[in-house]
Parts: sequence; C-alpha cells; structure tokens
Amino acid sequence: MRQKLPDVLRSPYFWSLLFLAALLIFNILFTERFGVIEVRDGHFYGNIMDILRRSVPTVLLGTGMTLVIATGGIDLSVGAVIAVSGAIGALLARDGYPLPVIIALPLAAALISGVWNGFLVAKIGIQPFVATLILMVSGRGIAQLLCGGQIIKFSDPSFEYISAGFILGFPFSMYLAAAVLAAVQTVTRKTALGLFIESIGVNPAASRCVGINATSIKLIVYAFSGLCAGIAGLLLTTEIRGADANNVGLNLEMDAILATVIGGTAMTGGKFYLAGSVIGALIIQTLTTTILARGVTRPATLVVKAIVVISISLIQSSVFRSQLSGLLAGRGGRA
Amino acid sequence: MRAPNIKARHVPIIATVVVFGLLYAAASMHFRNFFSLRVFANLFTDNAFMGIVAVGMTFAVLSGGIDLSVGSVVACTGIIMSKLITQHGFDPFLTAAMLLAAGTLFGTIMGCFIAFYDLPPFIVTLAGMFFARGSSQIISLESIPLKSDVLTAVAKFGIPMSARVRFPFAAIVLVASVLAGTWIAQFTKFGRNVYAIGDSEQSAVMMGLPVRRTKIGIYALSGFFASLGGVIYTLYTSAGYSLSGMGLELDAIASVVIGGTLLSGGVGYLPGTLLGVLIQGVIKTAIIFDGTLNSWWTKIIIGSLLFIFILLQTWIAKSARFRRSGP
Repeated sequence: MRQKLPDVLRSPYFWSLLFLAALLIFNILFTERFGVIEVRDGHFYGNIMDILRRSVPTVLLGTGMTLVIATGGIDLSVGAVIAVSGAIGALLARDGYPLPVIIALPLAAALISGVWNGFLVAKIGIQPFVATLILMVSGRGIAQLLCGGQIIKFSDPSFEYISAGFILGFPFSMYLAAAVLAAVQTVTRKTALGLFIESIGVNPAASRCVGINATSIKLIVYAFSGLCAGIAGLLLTTEIRGADANNVGLNLEMDAILATVIGGTAMTGGKFYLAGSVIGALIIQTLTTTILARGVTRPATLVVKAIVVISISLIQSSVFRSQLSGLLAGRGGRA
Repeated sequence: MRAPNIKARHVPIIATVVVFGLLYAAASMHFRNFFSLRVFANLFTDNAFMGIVAVGMTFAVLSGGIDLSVGSVVACTGIIMSKLITQHGFDPFLTAAMLLAAGTLFGTIMGCFIAFYDLPPFIVTLAGMFFARGSSQIISLESIPLKSDVLTAVAKFGIPMSARVRFPFAAIVLVASVLAGTWIAQFTKFGRNVYAIGDSEQSAVMMGLPVRRTKIGIYALSGFFASLGGVIYTLYTSAGYSLSGMGLELDAIASVVIGGTLLSGGVGYLPGTLLGVLIQGVIKTAIIFDGTLNSWWTKIIIGSLLFIFILLQTWIAKSARFRRSGP
C-alpha cells in the first residue's frame, strides 16, 4: 500500500488529470447547463463541445511545442507565425485563388519559418529562446507589412470549412487536431524518433556520442512546430474570416508553453508527454470557460491562471514534493 | 589577427557602440534637424521607462535568467498610482515610495519561487506577468488620469542644457538608474555573484557563493526597476492604463541583447543596455522623421538587428571556446 500510492502520485498525468476532473466536476455542479450537449442541425453544441473546439489551436501548438521543449528548446515564434500564415491565407482567399493554393502557401511559409528557427538553433547554435525571439519580434511586423497594416477580410466558404465545417456532428477542426496528434504519436513512438528527441533533451553530449544526429532532429522539431503554428493560423483566421496581424494568436505561445509544462514535460527537456500537453491545453481552456461562465470578468482569468501555473509547477518540483511528503510523514525520509 | 587589448567579451559592447554611432550618424545626415540637442534629449525621455526596466532585466539576463513580468508590473504600478493619487487623494511621494516597495516585494516573491524550488524563471515570471496584468485589469479597465500638481511639477523639472532644451526628469532618472546598476554590477559583491551564477551556476554553488540569496536579490532588483519604470511611465503619460507596457518585456530583452549582454548569462555591461535602448530609440525616431515608413518597420528592423547581434555573440562564444580548448 505504502509502495503503491506514491507511484500513482508520480505518474505524469495524475495531477493534471485530477485538476481537470476537479474543474469539470465543479462546473457540472455549479455552472448551469454545463454538462448539457444539444444536437442542433445534426451538430453537437454545449459548453463541453465549446471547450474542445476552442482548445484546438492550443492543442496544435502544444503538440509542436512539446517536441521542441523535449529537445531542451523553446519556440517563442509560434504566435507570430500564426499571424504570418493567417495573413497570407487571407490575402489569397480575398483575391480568389483556388483552395489548394490558399492552404499550401501559408503552410509553406510557416514551414519555412520553422526551418529558419531550426537552422538558427541547430546549425548556428543560437540559444532557442533567442533564436525564436527574432522571429517573434519581426514576424508580426512582416505579417503587418503583408496586410499593409489593415485587417484583410475575405469570404470563401470552402476555406472557412476549416473552422466552420462539421463531420458527424463534430467540428472539422477537432478531427484536424486529432489527426496531427495521432500522426505525431505514431511517428515518435513507433519509430526511434521519439527516443532520439528525448535523448537530446536529457543529455546532448551523450546522445552525440552514440551517434544521434542532433542537428537534423532539431531542424525537424522546429520545422514541425512552425507547421503546427501555420495550421493554427489558418484555423484562427477562418474563424473570424479575416487576418488581424496585430492580434491574431497574441500570447498563444505562452499558452502552448504552459500546456506543455502543465502536461508534465519539463522545460529542461527530456521525457515528453503529448497526451499531457493535450490535457494541459484542455485545462487552460476549461479554466477560461469556467471563469467566464461564473460571470467573473476576463481579467480575473489571468490571476487564476497565474495561481494555477505556480501551483502546478510547484507540485512538479522535486524540492516541493519532498517538503510536502516530509510534512505529511512527519519525517523527511525517502525510499 | 588578434588585437592586443580587446578581449572577446568586449567585442559585443564595442559592436553596440559602433552600431549606435553609425545609426545616429546616418540618421543625422539623412534627416534635417535630427542632429540637435532636443532630439538627443528626447531619445532619453521617450525611452526612459523602457531603459529603467531594461536595467533590471540586465541583471536577470546576466544571471542566465529572464523576467517576463516587467511589462505588466509597469501597467500595475501605473494604475494603482493613478487610482490612489487621483481618486483617493494619497500623498504622491508616499504612494510612489510604497509602489517601489511593492514592486520589490513582488520580485522577491518570484525570486523565492525560482531560488527555493528550482522552478524555471521563464515559468515563474510568466505567472507573475499574468498575475500583475490581471490585477491591474481588475483594478480598472479604463485609463485613469493622474492628477497631481506636485507630480506635474516634478515631471516638468529638468536640467537646462541650452537656452531652450532641458534634460528632463525622466531622463535623469534613467541615467541615475544606469549608473546605480553599473555600480551594483561592477563594484559590489552581489554584482560579482550575479556574473558568477551566469557564467556557471554549478561552479558558483561549489565555490560557496550565496546563489539562492543572489537569485532572490536579482528578481527583487528587477521588480524594483520595473516599478520605477512604471512610476516614470505614469508621469510621462499622466495616466495609468491596464494595457500599457504590453510586450515591453520583449523590447527590454531586445535592448539587453543589442546592448551586448549574452543571453546565456555571465557577459555584459549595464551601459551597453542603455545604448541598446538608445539604438531602438534612434530607429523609432528615424521612422517618425521619415514619415512614409510604417511602424511595423520598427519591428522588422529591430528583429534584424537582434539577429545580427546574436550571430556576432554566437561567433564570439565559439571562438572563445575554441581558444580555451585549443593548444
């Protein structure tokens, strides 16, 4: 018994799942009509569906971010890449280009942004924080330049399907996120790629000694993170049928990093938990929805978010855990 | 190949000085009236709050950390200051002193989380950023004007530089902050510990340096300068607004990096940060002088400058490593 309990507590998913469950139970008990899922025009509607749909961009970004953080890096540029891909998509849609072009060009631009980040980090050896800061600062400027400083509006039903479409009652964007997640999960866990990524994060020197090509793997994860941001950019742009280079995806990089950290992936790199990041993204969105549903104003969301971030980081800190278990056991002894 | 008296770690700051000189000279030649005492004084005044915040940021970066909370601390300071003075009639100077203490305390708390629980500064100060921004929005979503005759008089105070141009209060505070920061970094035990931690935290621990105490001190200092920046910003705009200082942390980090401080920590000088701030100021002013370029060019140019400086830093770090490991 004494042996078993800590194992459960140490599981990477335990605390985040517990927190998510607590949030949901709280809502079901105290928020009116929270658990209700209605069927309207053959589509599912309701608070829970809303949370799922709204967390898709963070899930997408979090997937890319998780791999980047696992290598010991960070990608601050995703918000700016969202603005760039959204701007290109909106411009093409406004000028009536065919759908494949509207989708392919922004994604290509996002991929190039990711490769650029990867090139700076892996080839030139710049710290990830700084390397991606460059694009974070200038990317939004580039997006504004593309848009000429204006909000580009468009109307293209086939393009808007990305955010407005439904398949079997569920929004298309959820399938999109699920597909990306499934693909990443397969590639990282069924091949050695996941192991390589983790080994670079745990010990770069040792992984080089065993012959892992850190340069190409880092290039791949940053490129992938860029691509994820590109998809999120198309999604967010079609949602409002316009490109707002100033505001689209603002601070989303922070949410993506938070989702990853809440999910149990350490910022120092190493083991990564994709499912954890999804839970993290859901927690962030549920928290926001809960607070708004409680009638509390938006600013309070930020304060609650701050408290949640610190509490979850504390729970994951080994120092805090040993202090806590020392407090609970009366003695600080550990097995 | 190797110049005699220049060490590798001096190259970034020399590059900063050269870039500032070139930019300033180019702008002075290209625009009429750019090379004037008034424009020069305005470079300091318009960027005073950013510079003051960047002084604190320099310490965080020197130690290998980061402080993302500064922008929201500026907003929070501004909104509390305006509210207390304008709506509740508090004494202006007492309020300012209280807010400086509060900012320092806020930084100390973040520093404690970082030092005692080994949490990444990025996450802790991100939480601090959310907390301060949220608090300022809870206090007031609307902009609150600052109404105080004494403070208006203080803000208008300035040292005469010529018949018509004065070096204003905000600029004086900026210069004083940089001087104080330089003194702390170069001539105190605390400053040497900051450099030591930035160079190698493990070695600092092994040498028996007070790493935890120093880390707490660093974020306390950053909190102090952030709230001082907030007070100056409030005087400058005569109002407190919960959305001000958005993205200021990035501008401050960019100033620090352009000013020649290595983001990996351990190398850098406070006066470099001031130059980094002034370089951004010259770019902004030149774009305003030009009139045809849009504000987004500022972002693109600063991004490019960042890129060049970081390339330079990486090249220096590599050559230094080569020299150390070479025969």
